[in-house]
Amino acid sequence: MSNAFIAFQKCEETRCIVEAITDDNPNAVVNDQPAMVKVDVPGRLVIKRATVEEKMGRPFDLQELQLYLITISGHLDETDDEFTLRWNS
Amino acid sequence: MQIDLRTVTIKPLRQTFGHLARRMGADKPASRYMEATMDLMPVENFHYRPTWEPQHEIFDATRTRIKMKDWYALKDPRQYYYGAWVQARGRMQETAEGDFDLVDELGLAAAYPAEGRQAAFAVFLPLRHVAWAANINDSFIAAYGYGIAITQAACYACMDQLGVAQYVTRLGMAFGDLDALTAAKDAWLHAPEWQELRRFLEDLMVEKDWFELLVAQDFVLNGLLFPLVYGRFNEKLNASYGPVFSMLTRFQREWHAETVKWIDSVLKAAAADNPSNQAQLGAWVEHWRARALKAIAPVASLAFAEQTGVVLQEIVDQLNARAAKVGIAS
Repeated sequence: MSNAFIAFQKCEETRCIVEAITDDNPNAVVNDQPAMVKVDVPGRLVIKRATVEEKMGRPFDLQELQLYLITISGHLDETDDEFTLRWNS
Repeated sequence: MQIDLRTVTIKPLRQTFGHLARRMGADKPASRYMEATMDLMPVENFHYRPTWEPQHEIFDATRTRIKMKDWYALKDPRQYYYGAWVQARGRMQETAEGDFDLVDELGLAAAYPAEGRQAAFAVFLPLRHVAWAANINDSFIAAYGYGIAITQAACYACMDQLGVAQYVTRLGMAFGDLDALTAAKDAWLHAPEWQELRRFLEDLMVEKDWFELLVAQDFVLNGLLFPLVYGRFNEKLNASYGPVFSMLTRFQREWHAETVKWIDSVLKAAAADNPSNQAQLGAWVEHWRARALKAIAPVASLAFAEQTGVVLQEIVDQLNARAAKVGIAS
């Protein structure tokens, strides 16, 4: 199965987002690079707004993650509550 | 000459401070909030006991009847450390200033019906003295509480209450009425409808158990007074006269909505720690709720006249629902 992945610039906000991803995707593999962090998940990667908000302690609009986004891979499905990357297979 | 450029990855020896790594059970990056909060209060090697209270150490967990296995479980879900708190309040202040400017620019204060203004002033303006008392009470918690998790948040609440007092004062001045502030102080000191509330707050000022104070002031009194006045009374004014006072008390409403998350989560953590905490918190809520209701009932009837009973019941139900949700049987 191919990996769906997402990469962020490293900062306080993305640390919370990555924590949320690893909580919600048990198979996530975090790849820490200098100034960048990439998360791979086999098949399907989901970012849930509620989890990110809990990690950050403030309201979060999922579109805000575009500010820190470097790249993604997978088909994107975006709602107010979830940001999902998936390979159809 | 040829120069080869290559990337060298320097792996940091550690991701965070040792005490945080031990706490989290792994060496991973910690949030600013964790770094600026966890285990920062000195716990040992105190040289002298305070001369003014020799039965306690200078930082002492036994200044309250609440016991915690870990005092840093009383975390703030908003994750406020100084920087984050200042930024959040800065944003709120900017909005509030905008509202005051708009009211001034459009001349909304002058156009407000005199009878509505009278009704509003009678209820809102003495609240600046309430907010000042809350400031004193929260600063007591910040001074004598145990663990930075709670004292830090209490210190922010303390400063926020000072902000509330200032916004109430500004509200009076936005209507160009310094005499109204003097009259409000006189009402606070002498008018019968404020005396129970004043007694309530003055009793809290000499309460020595800081956790009991936290329950009485931040959970019970704020939990009743803020929805009552800044919520329901504003709605009533809006319906009769227009939304000017809702604009000018926006900070209070937003602040309360946000602070509820903090106090609820603190009580939840304390109640979850052990059954005797849970029982103690329940007893405190019951005791102070009864007293607070007695204290705000005359203020409520000033605001709601014959509807007082219905409104108060609604507000109490809300508070009871919050208590039940955080696991305090009362």
